[in-house]
Amino acid sequence: MSQNSATQQIYLETIAAAGKRAPAGMPAWISELQARAASRFAEVGFPAAQQEEWKYTDVGPIARAGFTPAPKGLNGVDITGLEGFLFEDLSCHRLVFVNGYYAPALSQLGGLPAGVTVSGLADALSERPETLEAYLGRCLPDASHGFTALNSALLADGAFVHLSRGVSLEQPIHILYVTTDEAEAMLMQPRNLIVAEPGSQATLIEHYVANGEAAYWTNTLTEVVAEVSASVTHYRLQEEGPRAFHVGGLHVNLDRDSRFTSHGIDLGGRLVRNDLRSVLDAEGAECHLNGLSVLGGRQHVDNHTHIDHASPRGTSREFYKGILDGRARGVFHGRIVVHPHAQHSDAEQLNHNLLLSRDAEADSKPQLEIYADDVKCSHGATVGQLDADALFYLRSRAMDEAAARDLLTYAFARDVLQRIGLEPVRLQLERRLARGLLHGRDTKELELA
Amino acid sequence: MLSIRNLQASVNDEPILKGIDLEVNAGEVHAIMGPNGSGKSTLANVLAGRENYTVTGGEVIYQGKDLLALAPEDRAREGVFLAFQYPVEIPGVSNIYLLKAALNAIRKHRGEPELDAIDFLELVKGKIALVEMREELLYRSVNEGFSGGEKKRNEILQMAVLEPRLAILDETDSGLDIDALQAVASGVNALRSQERAIILVTHYQRLLNYIEPDHVHVLAEGRIMKSGDKGLAHELERQGYGWITQPAAGTSP
Amino acid sequence: MATADQKIDALIKRDYQAGFVTELEADAVPAGLDEGTIRVISAKKNEPAFMLAWRLRAYRHWLTMTTPQWAHVHYPPIDYQDIVYYSAPKSGKDGPTSLDEVDPKLLETYEKLGIPLKEQEMLAGVAVDAVFDSVSVATTFKEKLGELGIVFCSFSEAVREHPALVEQYLGSVVPHTDNFYAALNSAVFSDGSFVYVPKGVRCPMELSTYFRINASNTGQFERTLIIAEEGAYVSYLEGCTAPMRDENQLHAAVVELVALKDAQIKYSTVQNWYPGDEEGRGGIYNFVTKRGACRGANAKISWTQVETGSAITWKYPSVILEADNSVGEFYSVALTNNRQQADTGTKMVHIGSNTRSTIISKGISAGRGQNTYRGLVKILKGAENARNYTQCDSLLMGDQCGAHTFPYIEVKNPTAKVEHEATTSKISEDQLFYLIQRGLSAEDAVSMIVNGFCKAVFKELPMEFAVEAQKLLGISLEGAVG
Repeated sequence: MSQNSATQQIYLETIAAAGKRAPAGMPAWISELQARAASRFAEVGFPAAQQEEWKYTDVGPIARAGFTPAPKGLNGVDITGLEGFLFEDLSCHRLVFVNGYYAPALSQLGGLPAGVTVSGLADALSERPETLEAYLGRCLPDASHGFTALNSALLADGAFVHLSRGVSLEQPIHILYVTTDEAEAMLMQPRNLIVAEPGSQATLIEHYVANGEAAYWTNTLTEVVAEVSASVTHYRLQEEGPRAFHVGGLHVNLDRDSRFTSHGIDLGGRLVRNDLRSVLDAEGAECHLNGLSVLGGRQHVDNHTHIDHASPRGTSREFYKGILDGRARGVFHGRIVVHPHAQHSDAEQLNHNLLLSRDAEADSKPQLEIYADDVKCSHGATVGQLDADALFYLRSRAMDEAAARDLLTYAFARDVLQRIGLEPVRLQLERRLARGLLHGRDTKELELA
Repeated sequence: MLSIRNLQASVNDEPILKGIDLEVNAGEVHAIMGPNGSGKSTLANVLAGRENYTVTGGEVIYQGKDLLALAPEDRAREGVFLAFQYPVEIPGVSNIYLLKAALNAIRKHRGEPELDAIDFLELVKGKIALVEMREELLYRSVNEGFSGGEKKRNEILQMAVLEPRLAILDETDSGLDIDALQAVASGVNALRSQERAIILVTHYQRLLNYIEPDHVHVLAEGRIMKSGDKGLAHELERQGYGWITQPAAGTSP
Repeated sequence: MATADQKIDALIKRDYQAGFVTELEADAVPAGLDEGTIRVISAKKNEPAFMLAWRLRAYRHWLTMTTPQWAHVHYPPIDYQDIVYYSAPKSGKDGPTSLDEVDPKLLETYEKLGIPLKEQEMLAGVAVDAVFDSVSVATTFKEKLGELGIVFCSFSEAVREHPALVEQYLGSVVPHTDNFYAALNSAVFSDGSFVYVPKGVRCPMELSTYFRINASNTGQFERTLIIAEEGAYVSYLEGCTAPMRDENQLHAAVVELVALKDAQIKYSTVQNWYPGDEEGRGGIYNFVTKRGACRGANAKISWTQVETGSAITWKYPSVILEADNSVGEFYSVALTNNRQQADTGTKMVHIGSNTRSTIISKGISAGRGQNTYRGLVKILKGAENARNYTQCDSLLMGDQCGAHTFPYIEVKNPTAKVEHEATTSKISEDQLFYLIQRGLSAEDAVSMIVNGFCKAVFKELPMEFAVEAQKLLGISLEGAVG
């Protein structure tokens, strides 16, 4: 199966070395979890392009590069160095990770209400191992791919958020992952766990940035457990460095009447693969997935989403867009499975792609698998250019053609951003996109809508 | 102001306009009527410069310039405004942004300073009352989720703000209830002036009850078959288009 | 009052009407496959040397291949040594030269299937090639077509009479290396139809082939090749049936279409192979490769299929739009009932500029049927202003069936416009009640709704076949409503 056994071997040795360094006092179940993951990785290795799920994305460059786990330490990152990555006017709790490790000195966790725990995962492992034992790994599929297995096998640190029954967290939690550039070929493996007990509510922003241009690899994995009637809003803002590899897993389990909203924005990275799997595990669960990739150069971003309607009366809405310039390649694979007995499922999925350059490429693979009959499911996918009617309309209102094109391109992206509820985050993203797509034209009035 | 001479145009290689002649002077309101498929909307779109409408012959002189040689945006800046029959929805672009961008592009072309935000808003609020449009619609995406009436009012609002010299209204009355029709008409009437010409493209005489034309033309099979004063419109209302398009069967008024 | 589901359940049950067996003496080779088998087949058909060489190349390549795993279908592994690769009705001579010499039992068989082969009894305007197990048994209207320069004959005859054409085009659209089943077919195919329409000729009648599997334990491997020269037009139809047997039988056909400049080929299929019984015993494995190439500007290839039979269907009639302004179309109704599985769709590969394709797919799942649409739309870098529109709708009847949609969209040119839409729904209580309130029976109401659902595809079929397709759909659905 794994034709990449030589490169796989490097990572197996890394796993073995990490096992020897493991701190004393780690609970036994964690070592077992890691050992199981290690043997899974040994078995499957890195995914091969012949596999249907990896048809459009060759991860060979990641496998071959031989990344090694980053060392722990602040590496000169201080609070002023973070300012460019923070959101103006956003009151929030903040967790900062430097090269994958929790940095309490840079974090800001004052004023958390009772019943809310926010901490590094390593700390949580020693402070409340019983909670982690109950939840960690619970959302992951049995037949996980090699990247997921590798993350579990090398599990060390990440974000831990626990919301007790009925607690509503007003301010969002900004989880910032900063990668420094003092060494080449570093591997960061954050592992995040979000547990929302019945009736609780929270908003989290996973934010991936780099303060340099080194080639590195982030292999991140997040599990979200939303229990009965809980509501979790999750942002994934991927602004990795220009030479970075990013592989992200987001696995969500939704209990009765719970609600999960995701905004996945991909702007950075050289080769990026995101897997989002959401299981509507009990009646009345609801899942909203929004996604936007704005790519240029030789960027390659592959978004795989998988929504399992495993119970009746679930609702899912999915809206992904891609803007592809330069030699960029955008891949969307959206799979919706309605299981037998998941009657009255309601699923809608849309994927739209805009090609701006002759060398860009869009691949779209929406996919419906329906095993129940009383359902409402639809999907739509388009690849194309700007709408000619809209372009003429703007020109007939005196706008010159280049400006009209830029504006429509920006509007295409903004269609996704407008779904973002946190205004400071939305405005910052809009400004950033406007700078790139509108070529410096005045955009103040755009914010009015 | 506008001279159309022997204008011929085709869409997808099919000839639609087969030789139109029309003179429009400042201060006049012309109604162009005709049955479906006669080429009315084609004429409006050709004047605004839409792609896929290929001019195959003739010329259009607007204020001494060759209108057909100008890009659509330059025609707009020179004061040509088309109120669309089916205004397009543009998600993500706010209505007010479009208005401001359009107004400032035209002002710049005229050598006038751009309006600042406060003066601009004041101007827009004055005009919006004229067409009885909900102010909230200014802050929504262009035409997105607007009702048919709201879209048409929005077109007239843009016209009122941009103050064109030549306004072409393409079937602006179609699909409007009586309240919307009156609001649209009062918006248009408020713009009537000695410096401005208006071309109303319409299938029905109904709109002309509210906006009185100086001249009425009947367009059929790509040609202007008949011209007259507003009495012609009433004649059409009574007799339909048959007596003009099939000359043998009709009588001369 | 019965619910809509019960009504639908009751409507889906009636027997397969083409399930009888014709008792005939057959000339068959023993089961099993090696180079010897291929030499025997080639020898029995008196083939020229290039054909045998081509078959052997295909066979050797096939040995290196494995069965495709990506389709959404499940079946036990096929033992390729347990299949009879050649079976023909025994006849005294080399083959009948006119219908009068055809075994009356054969004529009877086709009459029972509603395909009278005696020309005077035929539907005016349809010429038929009848393929029985491995060989063509009769072709009608040959002379009349011959006057126009049109060749319509069995593949075996074409190999003998028109070897240059066969050598030029055979495998030029579906090479022998294309896929597992195509390679197998290339090695062992026994007969099929051949059509050649010369430059500027519009074929005045529908050409039709009727495929019948009769012998047990036999695979059917036919090959069809249609060539439309510059400015030619042809409309071709095929129908298929097989007896009811408890074993699964393999049908692995290859169809190649070549349309040159300004030519147009319309290819319609009404596929009603034996689907197996309610428990999923028996039925045909229909693993077919169909592909057309638009080789000249403005060429057009249009596939229309109504798929109601077979235990498993695996087929993707495709169009390679090589030339500028060429057009590809795919219209499909696929129905799966009981334990049937279908994984079907199309590939539209846009290579030339201003190429256009349209895909309309209607899937109906009933009983425990699994119905998958799988389609690729690929716009290559040089395909300026390419357009594709795809619409895929699924209708579910019953809570144990499945409807799946797997489109693949790959675009490498920014001037392309590709649109895909898909919906999944069931017949609603509201729709049924509305029609019943207007006086229709539940059966008629369901059949009206299903026919309405399929209308966009039926209207592409030649008139008399559209009627047949509607009837077939009604029969295939019987027992699904109740």
